[in-house]
Amino acid sequence: MRIVVDGHAVYAYTGGRAFDAALPTLVFVHGAALDHSIWGLQSRYFAHHGHNVLVVDLPGHGRSGGAALSSVRKLADWLVALLEAAGIAQAALIGYSLGSLTVLDAAGRYPARVSRLVLLGASAPMPVAAVLLDAARANDHLAYELITGWSYSAAHQLGGNQQPGMWMTGNGLRLMERCAPGVLHADLLACHEYADGLAAAAAVHCPVLVLLGERDQMAPPRHAQALITALGDPRVLTLAGCGHNLMAEAPDAVLDALREFLRQRTDAPQPAIGKAW
Amino acid sequence: MTKAKTTHFDTLTLHAGAHPDPVTGARATPIYQSASFVFSDSDHAAALFNMERAGHIYSRISNPTCAVLEERVSALEAGVGAVAVASGQAALHLAIATLMGTGAHIVASRALYGGSHNLLDFTLPRFGITTTFVAPHDLDAWRAAIRPATRLLFGETLGNPGLDVLDIPRIATLAHEHGLPLLVDSTFTTPYLARPFEHGADLVYHSATKFLSGHGVVIGGLLVDGGTFDWERSGKFPTLTEPYAGFHGMVFAEESTTAAFLLRARREGIRDFGACMAPMTAFQILQGIETLPLRMQRHVDNTRRIVAFLTTHPLVEQVGYPELPTHRDHALAQKLLPRGCGAVFSFSIRGTREQGRKFIEALRIFSHLANVGDAKSLVIHPASTTHFRVAAPDLRAAGITEGTVRLSVGLEDADDLIEDLSRALHAAGKA
Repeated sequence: MRIVVDGHAVYAYTGGRAFDAALPTLVFVHGAALDHSIWGLQSRYFAHHGHNVLVVDLPGHGRSGGAALSSVRKLADWLVALLEAAGIAQAALIGYSLGSLTVLDAAGRYPARVSRLVLLGASAPMPVAAVLLDAARANDHLAYELITGWSYSAAHQLGGNQQPGMWMTGNGLRLMERCAPGVLHADLLACHEYADGLAAAAAVHCPVLVLLGERDQMAPPRHAQALITALGDPRVLTLAGCGHNLMAEAPDAVLDALREFLRQRTDAPQPAIGKAW
Repeated sequence: MTKAKTTHFDTLTLHAGAHPDPVTGARATPIYQSASFVFSDSDHAAALFNMERAGHIYSRISNPTCAVLEERVSALEAGVGAVAVASGQAALHLAIATLMGTGAHIVASRALYGGSHNLLDFTLPRFGITTTFVAPHDLDAWRAAIRPATRLLFGETLGNPGLDVLDIPRIATLAHEHGLPLLVDSTFTTPYLARPFEHGADLVYHSATKFLSGHGVVIGGLLVDGGTFDWERSGKFPTLTEPYAGFHGMVFAEESTTAAFLLRARREGIRDFGACMAPMTAFQILQGIETLPLRMQRHVDNTRRIVAFLTTHPLVEQVGYPELPTHRDHALAQKLLPRGCGAVFSFSIRGTREQGRKFIEALRIFSHLANVGDAKSLVIHPASTTHFRVAAPDLRAAGITEGTVRLSVGLEDADDLIEDLSRALHAAGKA
């Protein structure tokens, strides 16, 4: 579906079901230079299990108009504006990497809007290596290659995708390559410069799940400790053998963690699945 | 300067897509010879059917052994994913059936494998899909052949049997100017010699029966998606950009930004047409791919020796190998195929049709059969076998004469192969 936010058409995938604001809403937010499609499996599951699902393409990403926003704060404000435009008073926010900072900031500053919070591949602060920032600033393909090299565990660099036939590093690389020049740099700089993460975490009062990859080199688990402490008593789950790209490396484990955390709604009646083969 | 962490080609041929079996510790990829796979509960079953969870349901749709092969070939081609199918022909059909229906049109190189030509020229018109064949070198002809109904440009990296080198960069650019994808049959080159996605192709397929497996004991195909083509921007592919009633109104391009084509190919094409690969076949192709770099280099080295021998033989009228300066595509081959031009090539015997027959029958190491890409050396007479349905004018246009002989150079000692050819040519000369 498309929603107009700040004068620009925003695309949000709804998991294969019609948008229904009467259902409890889950909002999924992607990371740098990505789009909604990274959440395909998980979002489809919840859309077919009693939830209203909005999987956004951030401004300047995927099918959404506008330019990439330059700070996490702006992204959080934009996200809340999106909820307002969609007529959603409150939602569970689920964010990955840059998206985790976005939903964290939104939850800290707009607590009434957020029922639950899930942070995947998160840390605060989230410093970005100078070599990566420089390459992204120059729109050098090296930036995508560095991210690909750092975003999957050593084992998953060799594949083993749970999605039959898909080569996960190649797919991730192609997705980033679709970004317009400057988008990756804007996203990485927003991560790098975001200094309010711990303050936002301290202001969060809803239940929180922090989902980390044991082998994450982009946001190493040890860098998440300050964030976890600031959040108070979040549920923390570290996925063994995973790097940063949790949804690709361990799609079922991510889904199971989300189901467990959101389980109050997952026992809602299931719609019939009609067609088989 | 900082370099990105990458895994190199030769390592990927051994490891991509595979890990030691977590249950048994088996190091080789297990052959999951099972038609179907158990659901943990009803919710798991429903989630698998509805693409809410990843996994295997039924081996026509996907299979763990086939999935390793699909990942491996995707990695070697630098694509996003692949579908393993029953043959190279099944891969070509799956690509076409995924992209278009009745009323659609294809522009294809005239220098094609005879089986591909049959499908495009004789069979698909019955289903409302027509093809215009063009000379692979004639970019203006490619351009002129494109119509509003055109949905695909198609050629072979090395055209069969004259080894016309497909100018992938220029034809891909032309295709993209018209919002069309370029499909490339890369069977003769394998990703060791050419990676068409790096030159602009959008879809690649292989007859894995040939060099990928290398042993000549299986029939199989792989269809690989480069993940770069923007189906929505093109606006010409409703099978990928509009709701599909056959899968709950799914819009494949919304589900996957990069792999919409593969989703539809698997969720419709393999599901409904059913030309899947058997897990044993996938295992055997994987065994072959493990030695692909070593084999391909030996194939090329042997071929160069034989080409050098034939070009100086008095009974040989012409040798068609793109590494020769006399080949029309020599310069293009140097640019696109720096590692070599494969191990399949044709030459013409100076003499009668009878002399050609005598030559083939006098060979002892080369096997006379209809295949290429085996570890063993092979020979065939195209005019009377692979291209026998092709009309004479089209045959000439494809660079084939009655004296044309096609070799597929294997991995034997090159000296023995040259001795075999020398003796057979001598016999032909006396005929």
